[in-house]
Amino acid sequence: MKFLYLVACNLRRKKLRTLLTLLSIGIAFFLFGLLGALKLALTGDVSSANADRLMTRHKVSIIQMVPISYQARIAAIPGVSGVTAQTWFGGIYQDPKNFFASMPVEPDEFLKMYPEFVVSDAHRQAWRTTRNGAIVGRTLMERFQWKVGDRVPLTAPIWRHADGSDAWEFEIVGTYETAKKSVDTSQFFFRYDYFDEGRGQNKGTISWFAVRVNDAAHADAITAAVDREFANSAYETKTEPEAAMMQGFAQQVGDIGAIITGILGAVFFTILLVSGNTITQGVRERTEEIGVLKALGFTNTLVLGLVLAESCLLAVLGGVGGLGAAWLMTVGGSPVPSMLPVFYVPTQHLILGAGLMVTLGLVTGALPALQAMRLGVSEALRRQA
Amino acid sequence: MTTDQSPLIRIAEVDKTYRRGAEEIRVLAGLSLTVQRGEFLALMGPSGSGKSTLLNLLGGLDRPTKGTVEIGGERIDTLSDRRLAGWRARHVGLVFQFYNLLPVMTAERNVELPLLLTHLSKAERRKHVATAIAVVGLTHRKSHYPRQLSGGEQQRVGIARAIVTDPTLLLCDEPTGDLDRKSGDEILSLLQTLNREQGKTIIMVTHDPHASARASRTVHLDKGQLSAAAPA
Repeated sequence: MKFLYLVACNLRRKKLRTLLTLLSIGIAFFLFGLLGALKLALTGDVSSANADRLMTRHKVSIIQMVPISYQARIAAIPGVSGVTAQTWFGGIYQDPKNFFASMPVEPDEFLKMYPEFVVSDAHRQAWRTTRNGAIVGRTLMERFQWKVGDRVPLTAPIWRHADGSDAWEFEIVGTYETAKKSVDTSQFFFRYDYFDEGRGQNKGTISWFAVRVNDAAHADAITAAVDREFANSAYETKTEPEAAMMQGFAQQVGDIGAIITGILGAVFFTILLVSGNTITQGVRERTEEIGVLKALGFTNTLVLGLVLAESCLLAVLGGVGGLGAAWLMTVGGSPVPSMLPVFYVPTQHLILGAGLMVTLGLVTGALPALQAMRLGVSEALRRQA
Repeated sequence: MTTDQSPLIRIAEVDKTYRRGAEEIRVLAGLSLTVQRGEFLALMGPSGSGKSTLLNLLGGLDRPTKGTVEIGGERIDTLSDRRLAGWRARHVGLVFQFYNLLPVMTAERNVELPLLLTHLSKAERRKHVATAIAVVGLTHRKSHYPRQLSGGEQQRVGIARAIVTDPTLLLCDEPTGDLDRKSGDEILSLLQTLNREQGKTIIMVTHDPHASARASRTVHLDKGQLSAAAPA
């Protein structure tokens, strides 16, 4: 710690240069933080997926429907402890831009399958007794300033009534919270029986089943057993872990992880050059001072450590500033809840960022530190003369 | 270092050569020199005679190509880089012609630098720094940065930094070379005081006969050897 002052003094030497470098590093880590939040927003459900939940859908595509009668046959497969049906509804509120996830589900089975959705007993009971009742996430309620008891009209272009109308009316009977931060609170769930009775086509079919297994260790065997059950039928199925299906959803907009890694790679490579240049220039400018320090008795290793500490301090100061700003920006919730309902910098990302700061500091400082370490005392002093 | 009456410095048959491309430059040629404890020795000679090179060898800043450098009974020419750095920190105080203070630090922080290599606590370091700064008469200027000090004052800070660890040997490379006569005289008086009152052994490189007159002995170097005018 006694050398910290010396290290900090060197950073104060060219204030403008240090400030600009800090800003560059800060912006890089700000982007790192925001892109981490974005990645979570686009793939967030994957991290909240449970290992003991499987998804069974049509073998060809998720937009192909499967009969709800499969539910009983899946439930009868050994190792399966619960099955519930879900269907993509695609509801719109008033204006096409007001699009959000909406799904007909079976209330009791659904809430049992997804304990992360927390609904009060009173709201559960109201859902059971209200045929067109809907349970709505907190974020969505806030977005449209809805309250329990409101009647909400939605249109669903892909699900029309027998008379051709796409207008559906629901009554909000309750709200849900989540037990996990990464779970989306902007969804709209309503009853399957109301939906099935009202739609004019594909009655008795659903988009996919959520299947709970007794033991996650047997998930592979059960996956195979489910698909075997419907092999060679008119509606062959594909069963996969919940995470895999969520990943598939997320990848419909491209390999988000690869895109983000690519962007960050380019940003950090640039920062590596900028920061490396600053440190190298700074060390070169004070060759004589390094010679003096060595003449006073500073060892080569200590000089190496001081330069590395300087580059690490620069990276950490800039990084903490940038990542901190990203965290502050997202800690209050998503700036665009309609598009990115789950949006925050995850803890793992913050830890990764901290590691990246130190790595950046070490990599950018390595070359000038080695040069400073190898510098001969008399040679450095001679340069001044 | 030992406290006996044996010479503090013994240099025997020292050669120092540098390579500049294919050319080999012999800066010191079989030089031998003995310096007693408590001496104030002036090293004089024309440019390129090897004065600064000799000073570098005595301070452990460089190694001889041939010969031995023994200080306080210890062969320093055979020490590893790491041990040599430690030896310098403990036994040598260096005063440079251009002061070589760190511009981003105040006078007292500059003086504290060598103490960072010791195990002293912060309070002990401050105490030592205050004493050294008081010795050179700059207590009232201790919080100033080098750019706020005159040349003479900067050199005083340089001397305070050199003596703060209480080294036995002070090596001064043209300490008055960048100063006006008045400031130079003050610095020389200070060095004399350190030599006479605190018993510091001082070796000073200088071109200035006026400065060398303050020393207790003067040796002349010419072409890497002690000249006849100066008995070793």
